[in-house]
Amino acid sequence: MPATRTTMTVKRPSVAALLLALVPFVAMCFSVPLWDRIDPILFGLPFNLLWLIVWIVLTSLCLWVANRVEAARSRRAAPHR
Amino acid sequence: MSPALVSLATILAIVAFGTTIGFLAGVHRKMDLEQWTVGSRGFGAVLVFLLMAGEVYTTFAFLGASGWAYSRGGPTLYVLAYLTLAYVVSFFVLPQLWELGRRHALQTQSDFFHARYGNPYLAGFVCVVGIVSIIPYLQLQITGVGIIVSLATFDRIGRVAAMAVAVVLLVAFVFASGVRAVAWVSIVKDVLMLGAAFAIGIGIPLVHFGGVGPMFAALVHVKPGHLTMPGATANLGHAWFISTVLLTSLGFYMWPHAFASTFTARSADTLRRNAVVMPLYSLTLALMLIAGFSAVLIVPGLANGDLALLTVVRQTFPPWFLGVVGGAGALTAMVPASIFILSAATLFAKNLYRPLFAPAMTDDQVAVLARAMVILLGLISLVLAIFSSTTLVSLLLTGYAGVTQFFPGVVLGLYWQRVTMRAVFAGMIAGVATAAFLMLSHRDPVFGLSAGFLALCLNFLIVVAVSLSVPVAATDRQLPDGTADLPAGG
Repeated sequence: MPATRTTMTVKRPSVAALLLALVPFVAMCFSVPLWDRIDPILFGLPFNLLWLIVWIVLTSLCLWVANRVEAARSRRAAPHR
Repeated sequence: MSPALVSLATILAIVAFGTTIGFLAGVHRKMDLEQWTVGSRGFGAVLVFLLMAGEVYTTFAFLGASGWAYSRGGPTLYVLAYLTLAYVVSFFVLPQLWELGRRHALQTQSDFFHARYGNPYLAGFVCVVGIVSIIPYLQLQITGVGIIVSLATFDRIGRVAAMAVAVVLLVAFVFASGVRAVAWVSIVKDVLMLGAAFAIGIGIPLVHFGGVGPMFAALVHVKPGHLTMPGATANLGHAWFISTVLLTSLGFYMWPHAFASTFTARSADTLRRNAVVMPLYSLTLALMLIAGFSAVLIVPGLANGDLALLTVVRQTFPPWFLGVVGGAGALTAMVPASIFILSAATLFAKNLYRPLFAPAMTDDQVAVLARAMVILLGLISLVLAIFSSTTLVSLLLTGYAGVTQFFPGVVLGLYWQRVTMRAVFAGMIAGVATAAFLMLSHRDPVFGLSAGFLALCLNFLIVVAVSLSVPVAATDRQLPDGTADLPAGG
């Protein structure tokens, strides 16, 4: 398979998209000691479960914005297409 | 009709319906290797979503997650976090991978390593680790079908017989129709599973406690520590949570089948949009966890947590509904299992057997050998499922410890020009060896951290250190196919 350096290279994501991706990692993973508790119980759910459910939805939102950012960037890079 | 007969008939009807759809999906297409393994790279957003949802939400989500919620408690929340964060990672890996796949006609994970690093032994090693890691995941699905059928028929059909029937169906199914069938059966499977998840997650607490809120209030009262970490375990605390979420979310698309499903997409943009939508699907898992938590109070004292969900369903709903849940569960096991078998068989034939033993094989002959491997792999996992007694979650985490070791080679390979073949190979061997040693000698978790995660850190360190130790000038002359470039300006 004739692979050369140029054909194995891909475009790096933008800093903005990476920062948007970091948000859910902080919220759902690294900050676990802060939200892993039962109180306050909201909507009948323990706080840790509710927190994760809310962040599932917010993660989708973060990626939606990241996708817009990346799409806008590739449009700027190739305005004639 | 007896309750067992009603539920069994319902399960069989659902499985038969799903299988028929799978067969029909492949009927009018010529099955060459490219069509069989990557659907000729023609899947739009909807089919890619269905394929990925189909292979992601396995019987682990159905029985394993609820089983851990029942037996372990709080630590099970890792499932919600990792499934969501895996899509965040995928946003930055899959579209890029797809681009390379199109340029170099890649079909498998091993193809990628060969194209990027140009070493057949590295590609072969990736292939072996991938197949070995996927076997526990396959075993998990077959064990799941056994549990479902024997519980749903009130133990009329034994687990071994149920597992044997599942393997036969599975092999026939993969044989006939390849990757396209899996995407189509996913439609049936997903609709049923979504329906079942809502009925179970909301219905069970409603029937027994008058709602989800009262159920949690009662659980907090009876077992105050169950819902937070470490729950009912001694050592699965916050450090374990963070390390396991990182291990599994980074490793998620490193499974050979998930990696290869990237290549079915029609465009890189399909994969980006898919990453935006997929996290919402993990909400289903929250419902499964709620059902598992309810079971703590309704059916206490089960020896095997994996039985909790269906035992509660059997006590709460009429037999026909038990059949619906059982049928959904059986498809939920069989759809992913068929794609695991398909990927592992293709890897073996295309990336291990042909390059090492029979370089002259044509693509068509590879496809025939892959089909033969499907039977062998089915039998291996059946035997393992019969003789093993590990919980479903442990099986999954064992496989993850293996496949996540591909992550440094994939991500650094995509984004870092300096990474070398030797560095990736050394890091991967160290990572796999460390993970295997720690898990097989039952030292997981180590100091409260996931063993697979420690192995991954070691792997990363070695890859970076070895790559940096090679002078830039030397790496400049090193092409990814392993040959030296002509001296510059010569």
